[in-house]
Amino acid sequence: MSIKIIRPGLLSTIQDLGRQGFQKHGVIVGGAMDRYASRLANMLVGNEEGEGTIEMTLVGPSIEFEQDMLISMTGGNFSPTIDDEKAPMWRPIYVKKGSVLTLNVCESGCRAYLAVAGGFNIKKVMESKSTYLLGNIGGYKGRALQKNDRLYVNEMSSIAKKIVQKVKFEADRGPFIAPKWCIPSSYIPQAEPVLRFVEGKQFDQFSQQSIHDFCDKPFDISQKSDRMGYRLTGPKLNLKEPMELLSEAVSHGTVQVPPNGDPIVLLADRQTTGGYPKIAQVISVDLPIIAQLKPGEQVYFRKIDFSEAEALLLEQEKEIDQLKYSIKCYMQ
Amino acid sequence: MTTRTPKQKFVMTPLGDSAIVIQFGQTIDRAIHRKIKHLADYIETHPFHGFIECVPAYVNLTIYYNPYLVWKSLEKTSIPNTMTSYDYVRQTLETIIDQIKGIGEQVERTVEIPVCYGGEFGPDLQDVATYNHLTIDEVIDIHSNGDYLVYMIGFCPGFPFIGGMSEKISTPRRSSPRTSIPEGSVGIAGIQTGVYPIATPGGWQLIGRTPLDLFLPNNDPPSLLQSGDKVRFKPISLEEYMAYQEEKK
Repeated sequence: MSIKIIRPGLLSTIQDLGRQGFQKHGVIVGGAMDRYASRLANMLVGNEEGEGTIEMTLVGPSIEFEQDMLISMTGGNFSPTIDDEKAPMWRPIYVKKGSVLTLNVCESGCRAYLAVAGGFNIKKVMESKSTYLLGNIGGYKGRALQKNDRLYVNEMSSIAKKIVQKVKFEADRGPFIAPKWCIPSSYIPQAEPVLRFVEGKQFDQFSQQSIHDFCDKPFDISQKSDRMGYRLTGPKLNLKEPMELLSEAVSHGTVQVPPNGDPIVLLADRQTTGGYPKIAQVISVDLPIIAQLKPGEQVYFRKIDFSEAEALLLEQEKEIDQLKYSIKCYMQ
Repeated sequence: MTTRTPKQKFVMTPLGDSAIVIQFGQTIDRAIHRKIKHLADYIETHPFHGFIECVPAYVNLTIYYNPYLVWKSLEKTSIPNTMTSYDYVRQTLETIIDQIKGIGEQVERTVEIPVCYGGEFGPDLQDVATYNHLTIDEVIDIHSNGDYLVYMIGFCPGFPFIGGMSEKISTPRRSSPRTSIPEGSVGIAGIQTGVYPIATPGGWQLIGRTPLDLFLPNNDPPSLLQSGDKVRFKPISLEEYMAYQEEKK
């Protein structure tokens, strides 16, 4: 079982949910920028949520399936087609051998995820399939996918086999078959570009004006934004008085402010530690929102209570569990 | 930090909704470091349900956890469900800190790092000497006779934040950073000294290079140095450096 890259797109890499347990060695966590989308893509094809998917960015790849295969796509809308026929997202798709999936320019969002049933047959490095580009580690040869790369696929799970069986009952015409069911629309993010946050460790050390601006004014996402972090420009954020901090751990969604006053939202490929003041921490459930914003777009911040942040996270996890359970039941 | 308060010698704050920071002080201090190391070791060997990982830094320890797994583990207990996962993790950690007080001395490991000082490998060695009114040999002598401690690993894979360098060779960062510093470079920045595990831009004063690999992605652990290690720099000749490199192949 394998797929072949016909055209790689702008930046297509294998990502899972990152390397856990290695930050104390300075090893970045990495993994999918939009973990929610990557997890759901896997669930739709009967994989473990943490399986590696292909993360594509702004311009999608073109991929040939060298066998019949069960796949799914989630995340931003890249107007996917299979042999020139419009293909659905947020839904399992059974593709025929020899068919070609093409993802075009990203219409909405910024990143999409392609999961294949069984997952990619790729050796894990430090317990993860994620590609760490700067370190040339993990994923497919430690790099972004290129033309003519061939990725092998593992045997699919029993759930995936059931999905395929059910799908095969439906009309057997065209380059692919998609079942009638898909993820309920309530699960598909329709987010405004507003990031909710809880206070960062040095929140109170910022000037009243800066705090006001941060919570109120839009920020532009700079072209220098990438998987490490999104650099924002807008009102300058200043401390009441300058402070020197010792390096300490940071996290996915930490908003730090270097002396130039332009905040940086740390994302999947962030360094493990940092020494700049932290004004905010984007809440976990809103991290997919920023992952789906393009450089050049605007973003707002809104402060919420810590307990609300945790409640939102628990709620989302329960919903994901429920979805997983429904898929399983449906396939019994 | 000589005053001993009877209780609470630490402060806990959330780092977002999935991590907690335990702060033990404000300044770099070996006693604080030992506490952090001790706690990190204990939590790693006695993880609570939902624990992901912890990262020691100079004056604090950050603990990453999965709030959903914590919540699920609470559901099965008699603990009131008004309690947040964060509160539960905080309480758990407070209990642990209380329990491990005064338990066991840690085993300290000393790692010897061979360094070929000067020449092509240490383009700033002369500047460091000039800045401190020393000869090159004196700088090498002072640097290789320091009592060094790795406080934390961060910035990039395997990069040690090392404390304990003599102020006699302290030198500010270069005014214009280099776009690429070769891996293995040994440098000085203020009173810090360190080794670059992978090639990266940087502004440190470069005084030599080690043939050792500090980042070993296929090893477990992937970092040669760990928080809590003692380090000794051993001067080697260019021939010895080459011999090390030959051996690696």
